[in-house]
Amino acid sequence: MDENLIPARLRGVTKRYGLVRALSEIDLALQPGETLALLGPNGAGKTTAISALLGLIKPDAGSATLFGRSPRVAANRTRVGAMLQVSGVPATLTVAEHVRLFSAYYPHPLSLEETLEAAGLRGLEKRLYGTLSGGQKQRVAFALAICGDPDALVLDEPTSALDVESRLALWARIRAYVARGRSVLLTTHDLAEADALADRIVVLAAGRIVAEGSAAAIKACAGGRAALSLEDAYLALTRAQRPEEVPA
Amino acid sequence: MIAHVTLAETRAELTKYARLPAYLLPTLAFPCGFYSFFGLAMGGSQPIGATTAATYLLATLGAFGVIGCALFGFAVGVAIERGQGWLLVKRASPMPLAAYFAAKLATTTTFAAIVVLLMCGLASEFGGVRLPPATWLALGAALILGSIPFAALGLALGFIAGPNSAPAVVNVIYLPLSFASGLWVPIEGLPPAIAHVAPFLPTYHLGQLALGTISPGHGSAAVHVLILALWALAGVAAAAYGMKRDEGRTYG
Repeated sequence: MDENLIPARLRGVTKRYGLVRALSEIDLALQPGETLALLGPNGAGKTTAISALLGLIKPDAGSATLFGRSPRVAANRTRVGAMLQVSGVPATLTVAEHVRLFSAYYPHPLSLEETLEAAGLRGLEKRLYGTLSGGQKQRVAFALAICGDPDALVLDEPTSALDVESRLALWARIRAYVARGRSVLLTTHDLAEADALADRIVVLAAGRIVAEGSAAAIKACAGGRAALSLEDAYLALTRAQRPEEVPA
Repeated sequence: MIAHVTLAETRAELTKYARLPAYLLPTLAFPCGFYSFFGLAMGGSQPIGATTAATYLLATLGAFGVIGCALFGFAVGVAIERGQGWLLVKRASPMPLAAYFAAKLATTTTFAAIVVLLMCGLASEFGGVRLPPATWLALGAALILGSIPFAALGLALGFIAGPNSAPAVVNVIYLPLSFASGLWVPIEGLPPAIAHVAPFLPTYHLGQLALGTISPGHGSAAVHVLILALWALAGVAAAAYGMKRDEGRTYG
């Protein structure tokens, strides 16, 4: 397929932090219209992979591209929206002010109304960010990711801090976005989330891809026993993987 | 595109700070309060050199005020946004990074202008300070534009200081430097040891540049501007280094 049509791609990406290899020669491609889950335990390299894709870090080897272009150039990120794990968003701006500001970064953003509707923020637009609940704050993060009407979304652990109700609501919003023909790459350490949302799962452990495919295929590749649950398969695949130490 | 984003970004920054007493109080209220107390209430008509205390301290405490706007706005603003991951969200977006810095500079310069206007108002209304229009303009321009090198130094601190320690780091630098540069007490009144060190401090040169607009005998304006420009370059270089070093780091 034409490289410019691939929303996000890592090619042979290696990234070291000190002695630890956070990523080892990772090849990963998000296909158009696909929801891809990057699944793995804490420390597996999920956030590093996302950071390389968004141009936040430079790989030691290999390359990262968004629609065939380098993510290190701001203008090449206009077709992608991102939701990262953040502890602090300016508290003294309102929801609408935050959305308007981020919309200004994109050439063809959604209208404020459309973004508020898609993120479930209608009625909260005049509230200061600092006065919102945890679930509402996460909806603002989702709104900032989609306000530019991007063709692809990159979501880093989008529901890790949410209660069940907020989590299900965010799943529904992600599905609604995918239903418009868009692509989504999300990281999670939650099997149920990967199973519920993704067309394809890539299991990452200690900076390497240890399995890839549908939930059923992942179960099969972990031993082929018919009764194996996704949990068992996941543990079999990721256990015994330790971050690899390499000589400096 | 960059101009459009810079404008949106500046509007958001101004709104954000206007609702934040933790920024407004130290940057606006403290310099105006100090000036009201030392420059007006405590005998503003006393002579200092060829001028009065009210006029002299308008220049030096004005410098103190604009330096605070720039240092706090940049150092604390950037350190917090970087520490909490907010800067990462912006860097993952298509926002041109230049717009982020330009907006922060426009914001701190606006607050510097507000401090200068407030203090000039106090000086003229309650301190009996009378200056020719050209002198008011020269003083105002020296102070407002003079805040820019400190924005660069604040930017460097914002990328080098720890996110939680940035406010303390700024105070540890800002307050002693202001004192040693004669911004609180005229430089002639300081112990000779400190007065000898002062010319090595950027704060001293802004103080002297501002004083030079109202009375003679404060050195060459061109030299002060040149030294401030060198400090600004050093700040930008240190910030670029700190930003590179920071890449890929996250803070809980």
